[in-house]
Amino acid sequence: MTVIPVLSILVTVLKKGLPGISFGLFTHDMALATPTDPLNNGGLLHAITGTLTLVAVALVLSVPIGILTALYLTEIRGRFTGPIRFLVQAMSGVPSIVAGLFILSAVLYPITKAYSGLMGALALTILMIPTIARTSEEVLNLIPNELREAGTALGGTQWRTVAMIVLPAAKSGLITAIILGVARIAGETAPILLLTGGGDKVNPNAFNGPMGSLPYYIWKSFNAGSPEAITRAWAGLLVLVGLVLILFTSARFLGSRKAAK
Amino acid sequence: MTTSHENEKETMDTTVKPHSLADVAQAKSVKAPGTRALGTGLETRGVHAWFGKHHALSNISLDFAAGTVTALIGPSGCGKSTFIRTINRMHEFIPTAAMAGEVLLDGKDVYAPGTDVTKIRLQIGMVFQKPNPFPSMTIGENVLSGLKLAQIKVDNKDDLLEESLERAGLWSEVKDRLGAHGGSLSGGQQQRLCIARALAVRPQVLLMDEPCSALDPGSTLRIEETIRHLSDTMTIIIVTHNMQQAARVSDYTAFFLSDGGPGQMIEVAPTSEIFSRPQDQRTENYVTGRFG
Repeated sequence: MTVIPVLSILVTVLKKGLPGISFGLFTHDMALATPTDPLNNGGLLHAITGTLTLVAVALVLSVPIGILTALYLTEIRGRFTGPIRFLVQAMSGVPSIVAGLFILSAVLYPITKAYSGLMGALALTILMIPTIARTSEEVLNLIPNELREAGTALGGTQWRTVAMIVLPAAKSGLITAIILGVARIAGETAPILLLTGGGDKVNPNAFNGPMGSLPYYIWKSFNAGSPEAITRAWAGLLVLVGLVLILFTSARFLGSRKAAK
Repeated sequence: MTTSHENEKETMDTTVKPHSLADVAQAKSVKAPGTRALGTGLETRGVHAWFGKHHALSNISLDFAAGTVTALIGPSGCGKSTFIRTINRMHEFIPTAAMAGEVLLDGKDVYAPGTDVTKIRLQIGMVFQKPNPFPSMTIGENVLSGLKLAQIKVDNKDDLLEESLERAGLWSEVKDRLGAHGGSLSGGQQQRLCIARALAVRPQVLLMDEPCSALDPGSTLRIEETIRHLSDTMTIIIVTHNMQQAARVSDYTAFFLSDGGPGQMIEVAPTSEIFSRPQDQRTENYVTGRFG
């Protein structure tokens, strides 16, 4: 039953998006094109690089925090285990628009006063941390205690036992946790609209200037309303779906390659 | 039951058992190449152990002469495993656990304030009930993992790798596939890999917590051979539920029992005496299979 909506989405996106796909799409940005230009003018390079940059920055911020949180909950089990687990669970229910508004009012307005990729990535980090932390916690709980005992009995400190034995044993599960985190944020639109400022030019600098992204591009193109723009929006959707699929399969591949050997 | 008891006697009679701790220490003071000095052995003085409010072990005082094999026998839940875990301070691994008493290694209390617990565990190695090779490591990496965990530098890793596997009786079976994963070995080989891993950091004492309970008879026999070889160069304490095994591998046997309260040591004696002329009625009942 779950396959029906998935297939229906894929078929629709493919049917409507394919006409808009061309080589130029991946080599040009929209800096010199207007929404009513024919399809062979402009492209969505800026949106692809933007989305990749946003995901990369969010990963760099949320992977250490998320996994360290999971380690605190499973290995250290200190006094704050209960409150922290509660907080992480509560955070995973935060609507994305709330995360976006929080960064807008807590960082963008008072401090940076400018749209940038970093602002968007910060909001995405808030959404990503609970997913990574909760999944990692479950994965680490599956590692048998005997391995921790064996490491400790061999003269390892708790920290070295975790770093050398527990984390490597949990590696493929942790990669899955990170994939789920990326899945949570890759198509996230609301905080992006609030914080990144869009932009039609390729901007490799996440710290300065407005940054485009695929969800933003799709939203903007649909709003423009011209038939060309709407075809562009569907093409953008198709690229977004494809990008997420590529990220998933490559991460899965990386995660399972070691285990299969 | 009588037949099996007679078998035990037969097995025992084939080996000559020294009768005092000093004799044994003397007989085994020969040092094998590449191993640490045997030291003067291990003593426990009035060891108690608790899990939360539950008093698990009461007043255990036992001597383990250097170079001897001591078997700890007794029914389940009598505190044998808890006792050996107090010796290398693995008891502390359980959050609610507490202990009292002294554990002296070469005359020094392993619980003395300021003692580095990781150093203690390097001197007193441990093999667990279930084989637990590290899944992310190859056979070779598993053997040498203790060095990395404890940040010990050695000059020649290959020699140590071969020596440890040789002592654990596994070298000839794995020498051509040291790069394979530990999980690709059979259960018995995995357990010998775990023994090799414990040996690589050159402990003086090896604690074995029912090392054969998950293994088939053939693998069990191999491990027992290994234990007999190792006892030339180290002190071994083995917990076992298998009385024939205690009779086959150990110089001394200690009988533990819990009468509903905390576990106590009922009797310790040279293994042949425990099985032929136990002093305590409860020991006799247990070794003859009348209960337990």
